[in-house]
Amino acid sequence: MKKFSIIAGCALIGLFGMGAAKKQVITVKGSDTIVILAQRWAESYMAAHPDVSVQVTGGGSGVGISALINGTTDICDASRPMKNSEIDKLKTRFNSLGVEIKCAKDGIALYLNESNPVNELSLDQLKAIYTGEITNWKDVGGKDEKIILYGRENSSGTYVYFRDVVLKGSDYAPATQTLPGTAAVVNAVSKDPNGIGYGGAAYAKGIKLAKVKKDAGSPAYEPNAETVKAGTYPISRYLYMYVRNKPTGAMKAYIDWTLSAEGQQIVSKVGYFPVN
Amino acid sequence: MKPSKAIKGGMFFTAVLGCAVVIIAMVVIVMVTIIHGGWGTFSWQFITQAPTNGMTSGGIFPAIYGTFLMVLTMSIAVIPVGTITAIYLAEYVSSQSILARFIRFAVNTLAGIPSIVFGLFGLGFFIEFVGRNLDRALLPAGELRWSQPCLLWASLTMGLLTLPVVIVSVEEAIKTIPRDLREASLALGATKWQTIRRIVLPGSMTGILTGGILAVSRGAGEVAPILFTGAAYFLPHLPGKLSDQFMELGYHVYIMATQSTDVDATAGIQFATTMVLLLLTFTLNFTALIVRSIMRSRARR
Amino acid sequence: MSTFTGKHTIRVGEWVIETSIRAIAFVSLAFIVLIFVFVLREAAPLLIGKATDDSGAAVTLAKLFSSPFWMPVSNHPTYGIAALILGSLKVTLISLVVATPLSIGAALYTAVFAPRWTKEIIKPAIEILAGFPSVVIGFFALIVMASFFQHLFGLQYRLNALTGGAALALAVIPIIFTLTEDALTALPKQFTEASVALGARKWETALFVLLPAATPGVFAAVLLGFGRAFGETMIVLMATGNAALLSLGITGPVRTISATIGAEMAEVVFGDAHYNVLFFLGFLLFSVSFSLNVVAELFIRKRLMKRFTGAA
Repeated sequence: MKKFSIIAGCALIGLFGMGAAKKQVITVKGSDTIVILAQRWAESYMAAHPDVSVQVTGGGSGVGISALINGTTDICDASRPMKNSEIDKLKTRFNSLGVEIKCAKDGIALYLNESNPVNELSLDQLKAIYTGEITNWKDVGGKDEKIILYGRENSSGTYVYFRDVVLKGSDYAPATQTLPGTAAVVNAVSKDPNGIGYGGAAYAKGIKLAKVKKDAGSPAYEPNAETVKAGTYPISRYLYMYVRNKPTGAMKAYIDWTLSAEGQQIVSKVGYFPVN
Repeated sequence: MKPSKAIKGGMFFTAVLGCAVVIIAMVVIVMVTIIHGGWGTFSWQFITQAPTNGMTSGGIFPAIYGTFLMVLTMSIAVIPVGTITAIYLAEYVSSQSILARFIRFAVNTLAGIPSIVFGLFGLGFFIEFVGRNLDRALLPAGELRWSQPCLLWASLTMGLLTLPVVIVSVEEAIKTIPRDLREASLALGATKWQTIRRIVLPGSMTGILTGGILAVSRGAGEVAPILFTGAAYFLPHLPGKLSDQFMELGYHVYIMATQSTDVDATAGIQFATTMVLLLLTFTLNFTALIVRSIMRSRARR
Repeated sequence: MSTFTGKHTIRVGEWVIETSIRAIAFVSLAFIVLIFVFVLREAAPLLIGKATDDSGAAVTLAKLFSSPFWMPVSNHPTYGIAALILGSLKVTLISLVVATPLSIGAALYTAVFAPRWTKEIIKPAIEILAGFPSVVIGFFALIVMASFFQHLFGLQYRLNALTGGAALALAVIPIIFTLTEDALTALPKQFTEASVALGARKWETALFVLLPAATPGVFAAVLLGFGRAFGETMIVLMATGNAALLSLGITGPVRTISATIGAEMAEVVFGDAHYNVLFFLGFLLFSVSFSLNVVAELFIRKRLMKRFTGAA
């Protein structure tokens, strides 16, 4: 008993006391879409700069932005631009409009099961499918089977982006199964011959990507470096980093590095697309 | 008439036996499937290394470490409180008194509250109320430390969830202490507290131990209460302070199964992580089972 | 016990210790009250009609219950919780339909027929099942059970109420089994003896004498099982597909109250209508488990009373 209390006591003291290392700490918080990328960046950067510690946590764009407003993170990752209401809050708290850094481009891919004969879809068709107007694959050139919709949880930036850009602000069909992560969506579609899902192109493994065309007459493109960069792939977006003030010192060095050739190479490696 | 009754009897027996067999089969199937899926990936490196390559390879050490810190902090809070509550119920009030009934009812209710509600409570009370006021009082304006998810709040939330487990175990152990021992102690002039310290507490050690083990097992397995009170998706460093976030085994299973970047490549990691969690809770529960059966057989003597 | 305290010399130290013990003993009681207060507090704006969504429209309880859609993140948010309540009920009932007969059957077997050595297998197996973390069951359901059920029943949706409910049954079985078995073994020996003396067989005794006599306990067991299933989060979050549909079909996806809280809480803006609604849902869960506990308590106590008066 006594021994246990001593051990427990030491552990507690350790918990309270430690952690005040002399390293330069940069905290990064936000979008789960970017967390894979941010984490790879942190890994590589810390390997080359042992005096800097980059702490990455996910949680979602909303979480990151409120942490930025609350002052609990240095850098916020967001898969959507900050809303005006959020910038206002930042202004009242810190008298700053914040600095926006576009750090990568992401193509929102449409996942189909590998056995699905449908290869391309237009934005109008996608809207009709996800709002529940089209419910059978044969209406878009597929088999006579019901379309099973998969999507992200409503807390994700991807949910909002897809709704605004593809559904033009309309709501998803209630039958859309919302899964707690992109991996779950990919997994579901890979096992469901009639499934369709959406999410970052980076995640696409074990499924096929639908080619997407702007309208019925235009050519269809698959999301890849060229089509996203050129803007011919119609559903692509920027991924952002936000900081409160113009970055200086270690933070500036880190952000500059993420935008450098080396940093952008990691972007491609993770499955996103370079900004420039 | 008689043979048909015998047949009915046989059918009934087969049916209830079948129920028992089905349940045992399900337990076996779940365990075998998960161990089968995870065994190939499991290794010493797996439990001692951090995840690498954007969590598509490497181990789960930070999650194990985070779980350990959480259950340790939780135990420090819950074991004394649970033990003292049990002592109070067993030694200070008659079991028929209104007070004892109220407390017992509270303990039962606490045991029945869904774990996600504990999560909400942790967020609403510990983080948004206690934490926010602590920060207001202790830190310069605008700076936040305790009003965000962290190890301390997650542990306390989990402690609340496991409190009934400890209380019930300790109470059971106290009941096995012979009445004469206490009466002898009191008759010799010892005060009530001296009696508790010298007779009741030592006698209920096994109960405290079982309660502690069961609480740890429960705490290590629950995910819902820590979803918004402290668990982190990924941290490049091990948590060092109570105000840090932490990675946790159960949460790791959840995010690996739903949010990993490459579902196929991480299937092995998912199964192996689940296996580690399953075997951890299994071992803990099994230990508690043995400790308790020793306690019971000693009480019978 | 308390009558033994030293009557003449109430020493200060003793008093301090006793007071602190008493204070600590009230922690669980205090926290029940705190949980009630704080979960309700965060839902309060909704209850007093002060909650508004992004477009400025008031969010009221009436709207919560009458709207058919759960679309909290929308340009025109609707917080229809009816679909969520229906979803929770659906999954819970499925789990009970699976778990109740299995558990009662196994409990009857264990309490009446099982020789000692089989008991030593069944009881630890149930304890092991009770110790399965729910995220492990959720993982198993998501990865293994869902595909198995889809092929077995030829289901259109891989993740659905049926799969979720069946997975949930794994979490409910230990509760119903343990309490039912307790209720059966707590019956006085005379019940069996009298029944056998009247010429009844073992199975007749079990089915027509013991089970009816243990009914209050079994009922309480099923109620507590209901409570566990209704509030369980990780299993349903992972295995039910989470689509908020107002339908009675059991092979389609469902979204439960608990999964909704689990999936959405982490990312809502604190203090806005969505946040309040999620806390209100939490309050609903709390109220349900609290009431179930009260009812179960009454049933078990009644049973005990009957036993005492019967024995006297």
